[in-house]
Amino acid sequence: MTQLQDSSTCTLDTSNMVGRETERQRSHFPWLKGLLYVGLGIYALVTIIPFLWALSASFKPLSEIAAGGAGFWPKQFTLDNYRQIFLQEPLFLRWFFNSIVIAVSVTLCNLLFNSMTGYALARLRFRGRRFWFFLILAVLAIPVQVTLIPTFLILKAFGWLNSYQGMIAPSMVNATFIFMMRQFFLNFPKELEEAAALDGLNQFEIFWHIVLPLAKPALAAQAIFVFMSSWNNFLMPVVVLFDPEMFTLPLGLNTFKGQYISYWNYIMAASIVFTLPALGIYAFFNRYFIENVRLTGSKG
Amino acid sequence: MAPSILVLGTFIILPIFYALFLSFQKVQLLGGIEYDFIGLRNYSRLIEDGRVWIALRNTVEYVLIVVPTQTLLALGLAVTLNSGIKGKHWWRIIYFLPTITSSAVLTLIFMWIYNTNGLLNEFLAIFGLPTYNWLGDPVVALKGIMLMNIWSTAPFFMVIYLAALQDIPKSVYEAATLDGANGWRQFFHITLPLLKPVTFFVASVGVIGTFQLFDQSYIFSGGSGGPNNATLTVVLLIYQYVFKDLQMGYAAAVAFLLAVVIIAATLIQRWFFGGETLN
Repeated sequence: MTQLQDSSTCTLDTSNMVGRETERQRSHFPWLKGLLYVGLGIYALVTIIPFLWALSASFKPLSEIAAGGAGFWPKQFTLDNYRQIFLQEPLFLRWFFNSIVIAVSVTLCNLLFNSMTGYALARLRFRGRRFWFFLILAVLAIPVQVTLIPTFLILKAFGWLNSYQGMIAPSMVNATFIFMMRQFFLNFPKELEEAAALDGLNQFEIFWHIVLPLAKPALAAQAIFVFMSSWNNFLMPVVVLFDPEMFTLPLGLNTFKGQYISYWNYIMAASIVFTLPALGIYAFFNRYFIENVRLTGSKG
Repeated sequence: MAPSILVLGTFIILPIFYALFLSFQKVQLLGGIEYDFIGLRNYSRLIEDGRVWIALRNTVEYVLIVVPTQTLLALGLAVTLNSGIKGKHWWRIIYFLPTITSSAVLTLIFMWIYNTNGLLNEFLAIFGLPTYNWLGDPVVALKGIMLMNIWSTAPFFMVIYLAALQDIPKSVYEAATLDGANGWRQFFHITLPLLKPVTFFVASVGVIGTFQLFDQSYIFSGGSGGPNNATLTVVLLIYQYVFKDLQMGYAAAVAFLLAVVIIAATLIQRWFFGGETLN
């Protein structure tokens, strides 16, 4: 590390020179830079057009959609589609509510349990610590589909099929994030905890009052990802929930598709409503998203 | 710690052994559950089951096309964004949009775009090109899903690449410039080798994710895997065996087949990437 810094200060002068030289070299090819912007612009369009298309359809009456045409601006602007799904579709709000209950509970449980387990694995000395650590690592390698059928049968035995707890309990803990939290706590300054222990705090108080508040960035990153994956999850609800009253939004949306086969206006309005909360969270916590990708990504 | 062990134990560790147990049984779900030990017969049935092979072939084709394409696209986007482009932050926000959107929503939007009077056909019509029933043709149905998933997953990996690119010290490139290496040579001799661990990670996560394709196929085909089994994936097949045919034991055997395939693919990748570092 120090060596690297040394060499970089030594070459400060030359690196400035080199920088200027590459600047000059680049200016020989302004078209190259322009080409890059054009490429990025085209890809941005490719990214955003499906969303705009969906958004515009959600404000169009069915007649305009059925008539076809690639116009993005609705000729006849209407809010009827949204009125229909919120007022005429009694279950839509219920699905929304179910999704929120499940996603929020799953997120809170994950935050608590993953960080506690990660902390225990990083700090506490207890019997079988290595065993548990490798067990959790091994769990990372098992695809969900293997455990899906038994989970279904276990939930059935508990009588938890088609219930909130059936959706929440199997997702309360996530091995990936236990691993991430462990790595985070390993790099955490020990001195703080030792000082707190000297002040007479017990293990749990140290964790709750000292460690957790300082782990906020890692917790935020985790919270967002867990919330999003629960909010968007399709496989679990397809397996666990069968009563339309209990459906989450992704499942509800899928039945919507069956119910209104070519009523793309309703389907798109529902899709937009479904996407907005995720979009809002993303907009607010964009920084943590990137943080999370870095935290989990660098483990590879 | 204790609650975590309880949850992991009940919903992951126990199920793994339970699944292993199930895969050797014929399971009857009539009110209660009845088990019938049938040894390896579930596994020998795999070999004769044509639908397993169709699903496996579809899934492997999907993995082989999607993973390299999305990895290259992610790398390309990341390198472009990292080359002194203005407004990097904003490009990244736009590109990331599909990654945070639910697969259900994306699938529905794309189904509508692929629809006979959807955006894709309208677009083709503008250029006087023939329109087409994209969703109904077995040959293109899976390609449609591939296109959509490359589009929605590449940005996620782009962010990983971008983070890694920013961690490469500038001094390395400066030294290379002094040695007279041009942009291309720097990319192939410095950037790519340094990114190798990241590429391994991106490819592994990509392979694991793509082998588990389910949501999109399920929604596209309404759970059937149609048209003509073209969108039937292994996970969708497992789902069908469990919930349509109620063959839990056999479905567990298919799930283990999938697990073995995924683990094998990961090992092959490790060998492939490890083999290269020796040079």
